[in-house]
Amino acid sequence: MIDYEMLKLIWWLLVGVLLIGFAIADGMDMGAAILMPFVGRNDAERRVVINTIAPHWDGNQVWLVTAGGAIFAAWPPVYATAFSGFYFAMLLVLLALFFRPVGFDYRSKIESPQWRTWWDRLIWFGSFVPTLVFGVAFGNLLQGVPFEVDSMMRASYAGTFFELLNPFAILCGLISVAMIVMHGGAWLMARADRVVAERSRVALQGGAIALVVLFMIAGAWVGQSGMGYVVTEIGDTSGAMNLLNKSVTHASWLAKYDNPLEWIAPLLGIAGALVAFALAGMKRGGLAFVASSLSMAGVIATAGLAMFPFIMPSSLQPAASLTLWDATSSAMTLTIMFWVALVMVPVILSYTLWCYIKMWRRITLEHISSNNHVLY
Amino acid sequence: MISESLVELSRWQFALTALYHFLFVPLTLGLAFLLAIMETVYVVTGKQIYQDMVKFWGKLFGINFALGVTTGLTMEFQFGTNWAYYSHYVGDIFGAPLAIEGLVAFFLESTFVGLFFFGWDRLSKYQHLTVTWLVAFGSNFSALWILIANGWMQNPLGAEFNIDTMRMEMQDFALVLFNPVAQVKFVHTVMGGYVAGALFVLGISAFYLLKKRDVAFAKRSFTVASVFGMCAVLGVMLLGDESGYEMGDVQKYKLAAIEAEWETQEAPASFTLFGIPNQETQQTDFAIKIPYVLGLIATRSTTEQVTGLKDIVAQHEQRIVNGIQAVTALTAIRSGNDTPEARAVFEQHKQDLGYGMLMHRYVADPARSTPEQIHQAAIDSIPSVMPLFFAFRLMVACGIAMFVLLIAALWICYTRRYTQYTWLLRACLCAIPLPWLAIESGWFVAEFGRQPWAIGEILPTFMATSSLTARDLWISLVGFITVYSALLVVEMWLMFRFARLGPSSLHTGRYHLENQRLEADDASPAPVTTTTKLA
Repeated sequence: MIDYEMLKLIWWLLVGVLLIGFAIADGMDMGAAILMPFVGRNDAERRVVINTIAPHWDGNQVWLVTAGGAIFAAWPPVYATAFSGFYFAMLLVLLALFFRPVGFDYRSKIESPQWRTWWDRLIWFGSFVPTLVFGVAFGNLLQGVPFEVDSMMRASYAGTFFELLNPFAILCGLISVAMIVMHGGAWLMARADRVVAERSRVALQGGAIALVVLFMIAGAWVGQSGMGYVVTEIGDTSGAMNLLNKSVTHASWLAKYDNPLEWIAPLLGIAGALVAFALAGMKRGGLAFVASSLSMAGVIATAGLAMFPFIMPSSLQPAASLTLWDATSSAMTLTIMFWVALVMVPVILSYTLWCYIKMWRRITLEHISSNNHVLY
Repeated sequence: MISESLVELSRWQFALTALYHFLFVPLTLGLAFLLAIMETVYVVTGKQIYQDMVKFWGKLFGINFALGVTTGLTMEFQFGTNWAYYSHYVGDIFGAPLAIEGLVAFFLESTFVGLFFFGWDRLSKYQHLTVTWLVAFGSNFSALWILIANGWMQNPLGAEFNIDTMRMEMQDFALVLFNPVAQVKFVHTVMGGYVAGALFVLGISAFYLLKKRDVAFAKRSFTVASVFGMCAVLGVMLLGDESGYEMGDVQKYKLAAIEAEWETQEAPASFTLFGIPNQETQQTDFAIKIPYVLGLIATRSTTEQVTGLKDIVAQHEQRIVNGIQAVTALTAIRSGNDTPEARAVFEQHKQDLGYGMLMHRYVADPARSTPEQIHQAAIDSIPSVMPLFFAFRLMVACGIAMFVLLIAALWICYTRRYTQYTWLLRACLCAIPLPWLAIESGWFVAEFGRQPWAIGEILPTFMATSSLTARDLWISLVGFITVYSALLVVEMWLMFRFARLGPSSLHTGRYHLENQRLEADDASPAPVTTTTKLA
């Protein structure tokens, strides 16, 4: 039996792993779909793009479903407060995500150009919007979210949808888009027909540079504005906790970055992007994909670590901020879920890897024309 | 207090999106196994036609699957977006099966479904067959975990209220896992899905037989579907009966409402075959009754009684009175007045806490409830009888009709006169909507019959919502209806189109329409008349 405090930490790490897994796995097909209209200049080239991700997008999307489920199970108040507070943002993501499964499957079933153009637009919308909104959501978490919690633990959000679209949050949204463009570009370099791959290289390199620049601007912004919170007083973190029994004040997120070890995450984010840029120049798409994955892990971990132990700070009632200590499930639930995850995550990674190995090949224009009725 | 219109709209939105999601899930569950069976026959016999069957029915499976995935996301999001207090209050228990579903089942299904469609030339025969079976098992495991979660909403075992965190917490995971309601529900529901898959294949195959085209393909599909369908429909009926028995045990109010059982009759109770239940007068007008049948089905004895609604209301009234004391003590403790006396009162009445919470709908402070308000809350603590009474009978009627139809279909297979009895084939074609009618009414009975509870006897539905406004809900509800309707139109259009085309859509050159087109092409190079040729 692992003690409760340790379990809380483990689950913070595990949710982080699932979110990074989601970004790497689903990011690759979101990125490919965002790039589709730009790197695919005719129907056959666009079909090349879609068919590089055809066997994988559904499995990739499960990372999102599982991350959502894990947040529900491990941090019920976070799931409740974030999903209901960001109501219209969540519904917008949902609406966008509707068009991906349907678009992928239906697009090439009918040969009409109008039909396909419409689905191309919807697939683009379905990939771009969630990418942007997830970044915007992170931007809002970093600034603190205007919600409060009453004594019965009912949370209510006092902001509006449009307040979520503030300048810093939009900057974070753009970081997310740059990251996904870089990643999708790397994927297409490795898997798509040479014509498409060459255009994707340009996208990858553009995305990588944009990511590095925007990421550094965001860092400076956080430092300049003094954005951040700190827990000044909290009860026994090894027990079941009343969410409202703590004190929280403002303090810069960067205050934590006094330890050189803390710098690993942001440096990985920047170095990964630069290495991906260089590898793309050398036409090494597969390796660039690895570098861009590491970069994304670094960027996401930077935000997560900066906020530690906060998950969702409240700007309206800082004491009600959700932290990994007091917004978690019971020790029993965390234990059960821990063992399930410990067994299942390696199993999932193994069979997912097997699928990628089995389907690994460059999707050429000839391949599309000779399998016209089988492929997407 | 939470506005009634917010609660109503949240319920409508959840109901519509769940019913909609459930249009696609059963077909996925059923077709996945049919595909696996057909592919097994292909691998064992090596006959090409069976591979064509897998590929063609797989195409229809794909059209349906895409919308199943799409609408499933809504369900996962919606607990958080629209039922935030619910998520907080029971997430400790309810979240676990959902997360496990992702890890154990959904990953499996979704990762391999891509290989099912695109792996034919990348995998050996046996590897592909394994992949198909994994998709089938994955989708069924998925249903298992979802129904464990749902079973807990119906019959919340193994959990305890925690005053510090102000929520329900898991005490015994094994009780959640092996909840008898969940197990029975799981088998009943997935078997319902198998029937849907079977009737889908059966009906469309009957269409080809009626048209006398691709007969070899159609009669094999017809046979597989009839045998599979018969096994499944027997399972559904058996487990439906088991479900009724479990319900008599743990959800007495639901059983009594389904059967419009107002009074507790002397055992064994008679069964109301038909009637018009009247909630106001608490009786069933024009009732046609069959003696003994209800008592025998629900209690499997001749001596046990089935408790009637009037007695249930009286019991609930007492539990509300006790529950109010629990709520009052809890409020005092949470607002800082944490005395041993308050804790003792709370401990004494905490099993009725949920009943006390029912009063929040009628009065700001439950401690000040009047006897009239308590009586009203007790009357409202049973679901509306009429919709349940009819939905249940519709489900059973559809089930019996499908059973009879499948007997006829098996008889056709046995006599091998596949194209002779056109009226039977026509009946098979027209019967395609039946499983959906049965499944949707079954879902309605299960979930509407749970009211007024979100979590049976623990959390009232009206308390479970998010802190949103009715306006928010109107916007999202209209949005869902618009987008979902559009998607449904597109899906049905594609489904009809490909079903009409049949195996010719595979472009193997072995099927009817392709040969016909070739003949026509030979005669005169006809211009392409439609702009939407098929890929």
